Amino acid sequence: MAYRNAIPTPPGAEAKPAPQFDSLRQQYEADTLGMWIFLASEILFFGGLFMAYVIYRAAYPEAFEAASGRLDLLLGGINTAILLTSSLTMTLADDAVLPRNRKALIGWLAVTALLGTVFLVIKGVEYSVEFAAHLAPIFGRPFDFPEPHTEQARLFFSFYFALTGLHALHLFIGIVVVLIMLALAIRGVPRLEAKVTIAGLYWHLVDLIWVFVFPLLYLAAHHG
Amino acid sequence: MTADISVRKNYLNRDYSIASWLTTIDHKRIAWLYLVSITAFFFFGGAAATLIRLELATPAGDVVETETYNRLFSLHGIVMVWFFLVPSIPATLGNFLIPLMIGARDVAFPRLNLLSWYLYVIGGTFTLAMAIAGGVDTGWTFYTPYSSLFANGQVVLAVVGVIVAGFSSILTGLNFIVTVHNMRAPGLHWTRLPLFVWANYATAIIMVLATPVLAITLLLIALERIFGIGIFDPKVGGDPVLFQHLFWFYSHPAVYIMILPGMGVVSEIITCFARKRIFGYDGMAFALLAIALIGFLVWGHHLFVAGESVYAGVIFSLLSFMVAVPSGIKVFNWAATLYKGSVSFETPMLYALGFVGLFTVGGLTGITVAATAVDVHVHDTYFVIAHFHYIMVGGMVMAYFGGLHFWWPKMTGRIYPDRWGRIAAITIFVGFNLTFFPQFVLGYLGMPRRYHTYPDEFQLLNVLSSAGAPVLAIGYLLPLVYLLYSLKWGPVAGPNPWDAKGLEWQTPSPPPEHNFDRLPVVTQEPYAYGLPKRDSDAARS
Repeated sequence: MAYRNAIPTPPGAEAKPAPQFDSLRQQYEADTLGMWIFLASEILFFGGLFMAYVIYRAAYPEAFEAASGRLDLLLGGINTAILLTSSLTMTLADDAVLPRNRKALIGWLAVTALLGTVFLVIKGVEYSVEFAAHLAPIFGRPFDFPEPHTEQARLFFSFYFALTGLHALHLFIGIVVVLIMLALAIRGVPRLEAKVTIAGLYWHLVDLIWVFVFPLLYLAAHHG
Repeated sequence: MTADISVRKNYLNRDYSIASWLTTIDHKRIAWLYLVSITAFFFFGGAAATLIRLELATPAGDVVETETYNRLFSLHGIVMVWFFLVPSIPATLGNFLIPLMIGARDVAFPRLNLLSWYLYVIGGTFTLAMAIAGGVDTGWTFYTPYSSLFANGQVVLAVVGVIVAGFSSILTGLNFIVTVHNMRAPGLHWTRLPLFVWANYATAIIMVLATPVLAITLLLIALERIFGIGIFDPKVGGDPVLFQHLFWFYSHPAVYIMILPGMGVVSEIITCFARKRIFGYDGMAFALLAIALIGFLVWGHHLFVAGESVYAGVIFSLLSFMVAVPSGIKVFNWAATLYKGSVSFETPMLYALGFVGLFTVGGLTGITVAATAVDVHVHDTYFVIAHFHYIMVGGMVMAYFGGLHFWWPKMTGRIYPDRWGRIAAITIFVGFNLTFFPQFVLGYLGMPRRYHTYPDEFQLLNVLSSAGAPVLAIGYLLPLVYLLYSLKWGPVAGPNPWDAKGLEWQTPSPPPEHNFDRLPVVTQEPYAYGLPKRDSDAARS
């Protein structure tokens, strides 16, 4: 969208494609297609983990429900709201990518990065509570969970830390990418359309993965 | 022509410094970076195989200890699969040729392409570190609990190496897909795409969609080892067989990563040396995509004896049979292309014909092991070893060497001694069959894989197999010698020594930095053999 709006090229702006491309349009299409393919790859990456989780949840429904009940639904819910909002602000940033809207672009990128950071902080608080409550079965730490579900709850929390940890890692990378976009915008680099769109695609995917992580982990105890 | 090549600037002579190679973003130079590093790993993995065959020459375990033997076959598998077979044709010939074949100046993301090579090297470094630190005894499949609860090797180093190499292959695949979609020259419709490009495109789809599942699976092993979480740990209700499902969800499609590019190479060679259009172009392209697609749905045939349900077994068996249909289409179409062609037997053609024969044997025995009842008998025996070596070595390595010989004049501008090329091709064919055919019989008689001792009655066949190994080794070392020789002393090739029709032959050898002096306009199919000459000679200067 942004790209179409950008034609014709504003006078003075650099408008040469990379040497392997014939035109900026070709370059833009290649860049976005490349990102979409990367996202497909990411979906398969998390897909393997989701599938393993679903199999175990089907095998041990009571244990997984009991373990899921120990997660902080309020903080998880707040985080979900924060991440969904950040996708909105990312879209607004994408919408403000043309040079005449530079201030709005800077603002929305900053808000997006901020929301992502708040998410990670809240996630960190959750982790520390779970560590304190002996719910983290890693590094040989003590794991306390009432019988008869002790062992399978371990399995649940293995998934919890693997899924949310990998998601947090992806979000961290997303924040770095958004901050780079922010720096480019502040320095007044022209023609950010492709870059911001691609950063946005990645951001939305990280958000979308959370949309699956949240119900799988947090709402397992609260269905029906 | 001689004066021409010494004066002309091309991608090789424009800068000779090491730094210019290590920072290059030229797809042709990156292909060389891969070629050199892959060759190193090929001989490294081959050395492990040599020790294995040496040990198996006698029934007693007299060369290496049991533990060492386990580490040897694990190392052989890991190195050959992820550091030779998976990147072999795509990363070298694919990198070099795809932009040339579609009339582009480079791949879509040249920097990403260089990053792929660095990731490959980093992954390879981890693997070397793993080997030096003592190796792993899990086999290349890293089955739990060998790799988790009972691991007594460098599992973390090994899986991290494979994960990093996996990202390299994801990025290569991504690059290829976008390049083929967005960078084709004017007039190069999908129906005019060379089958080599189709093959790499189908491969790239598998690389992008299957490799991430391997990454997450091996990452879970690494997390289990480092953090102590237990997703495959039966003590907490985890399921080791789930690992096998996840692993083969990648690794069976990966088998097609390791064979589809070879099919592409063979299609190019056979049509050129039969001087005939490829028979059934549409069917050939369709078959490549069909194999890639069905390949995602057959992983369960690796679990026929792992407690999989009968119904799952039946479905996976049927789906596995289905792979034979597009594979059969390919073999019959190659044969039909040869029929009434003016066939000549230059070195690349010998490799290509060798491929067709050996792939057919490997494919047919694949049907044998896809039958659930037969598989119970031959599962985990040398029959399976022979089957997949006929595909991987008899198929992919033959195609890789064939492609290397076919495009060597394009890559280097020089011609190698064809007589030595033919001798090497025949040596490899003979050595290969001597090494691996007896293993079909051994497996059928019941010799299990992964043991370093065996009953006396298996010795004759094992000695035959071990005798084939040095023949094979000589066959592989010969090209190393005469190809290097040709770099300096080989006659100048000229742009099109085989009188082939693809776009890559329309530009000088070696090609200039940006591939074509003028970007070509495509007006014909890629296999216009026996048709009037191209009406447009646009690309030639």
